[in-house]
Parts: sequence; C-alpha cells; structure tokens
Amino acid sequence: MMRAILALVSGAIFGAGLALSGMMNPARVRGFLDLFGAWDTTLAFVMGGAMLVMAIAWTVQRRMAAPAIGPSFHLPGTALIDRRLIGGAVLFGIGWGLAGLCPGPAIASLGTALAPAAIFVAAMLAGMGLFRLTDRR
Amino acid sequence: MTLPGFPDAAPLEGFLGGMMIGLAAAIMLLGLGRIAGVSGLASRAMLIERGGAPWPVAILFVAGLVLGAILFGAAEPIEAVFPPHWAWLVAGGLFVGYGTRLGSGCTSGHGVCGMSRLSPRSLVATAVFMASGIATVALVNALGYGW
Repeated sequence: MMRAILALVSGAIFGAGLALSGMMNPARVRGFLDLFGAWDTTLAFVMGGAMLVMAIAWTVQRRMAAPAIGPSFHLPGTALIDRRLIGGAVLFGIGWGLAGLCPGPAIASLGTALAPAAIFVAAMLAGMGLFRLTDRR
Repeated sequence: MTLPGFPDAAPLEGFLGGMMIGLAAAIMLLGLGRIAGVSGLASRAMLIERGGAPWPVAILFVAGLVLGAILFGAAEPIEAVFPPHWAWLVAGGLFVGYGTRLGSGCTSGHGVCGMSRLSPRSLVATAVFMASGIATVALVNALGYGW
C-alpha cells in the first residue's frame, strides 16, 4: 500500500514539476533544441534543478543498504556504451526535435491537452511495441 | 523573472519545477529503489516491457504524472503550443518510442537520474540525444518547416 502511494505521489510531483517548469509546452522544449535560432534556455535550468536534488539523493543512496520499501535497489549498470545506446539516443533525439515532446511531458499532457497528447502517446507506444516485437535480444 | 538576452526563458519557474522533478525521482530512488525513467515505466505500465518495475508501481507513477499535471492546470493555465500538424506528433512519437527502448532511457532516466549519478552511459546518451535533437530542429528549420 505504501509502495503504491509513493509511486502515485512521485508521479504527481513529477507531473506538477513538468507543468511549473514550462516543459509541457512543446514549443518551449523545441526552443531549447533550436540552438542556432531563437534559443530558449529554460530546459537547462530545469535539468539543473532536477540534477541538484538528485545528486543529493545519490549521495544518500550510497549510504543506504536498501530503499525505504523493498529488499534492495534495482539500478541499471553505468558502464556499457554500445551501438544500441548510441543508436537509440540518435532516434530519440530525432523524435524529440520533430515534436518537441519526450515521454514525461507527453503523458502528463494527456490530462490537459488530450487530442495532441493522445496522438503522440499512441505513436510512442506503437514505437515501443515495434521495438519489442523486432528486438532479437 | 527573465534572463538578459533570452526574453522567452523562464529560469526561475524552470529551476523550481526542475527541483520538483528531482524530488519525485528521489522518492522513487530512496523510497522504492527504482530509477524514475518515464519511458521505461510507461512501457512497463502498458505491459510492453516484461521486466523492470512492478506493474502497480509503473501504472501508478504514470497515472500520477497525469494527475499532477491536471492539479497544476486547475490552479494555473498551462501554456502549450503543439506542432501545427498531427503528422509531426505521429512521426515524433514513433521515433521517441522506438529510440527510448533501444537506448534504454530518455530525458528522465538518462538525463535527470543518470547524469546526476555521473553514469558514463547516461552522460553519453544525453549528449547524443541532445545533439540529435538540435540537429533535427536545425534541419527542419533549414527546410522551411520550422514551427
């Protein structure tokens, strides 16, 4: 039960943070990527604020044997840099630049701008499903 | 608050909203022992991904994202300008969905969580998807389709 509440609360704070920071505005996110045009620096401040808090969280995490709920941490490896990582990041960047949306703001927008968000999220899930169907690993 | 030279930027709102995003990711990490990576959690919530976070955690986090935005939007209007044609959304969504699964993360997992952990893997991924996004916008603008 506590686990469910924490997941919901975390998601809600994340969604409200996206809204406050202006990251639910695709034109603003696109503006950050428009480095050679009308560059909008806001996304850099969002990243800075988020990373500041998370950097503290990581130092706390290193002193903990287990999370508050559950037997152990489930964390991905940090070393592997392969063609999948690079290729995936290239493709993600293309989509991000085309629509001005990444997964978090797109899903959050389902509650506030249903029609465009639903089109993007449906296509995103189709892309995820396509990867799952075609991935040989 | 505005920045000299960048009249459209919202640095204070961005920084405060960013801290909320960091707090949300910290709750997932220290509370549940998980990375708050939205692409992975969304994929898991829709049962596209077999492994990863427990399904209830994934679906409730995703529901929370929507709820948080709705609650914020009830207090203050959320400014949002979407692409001018649905084709941008379809093409963008397909690339984002496929790419984030192939590359195992997006702006939240690699960007916020991985970079603050100084993960070389996430630092490379973030540099690459930002460069790719910048190149894409520059190309779209050069072709005369900027919006």
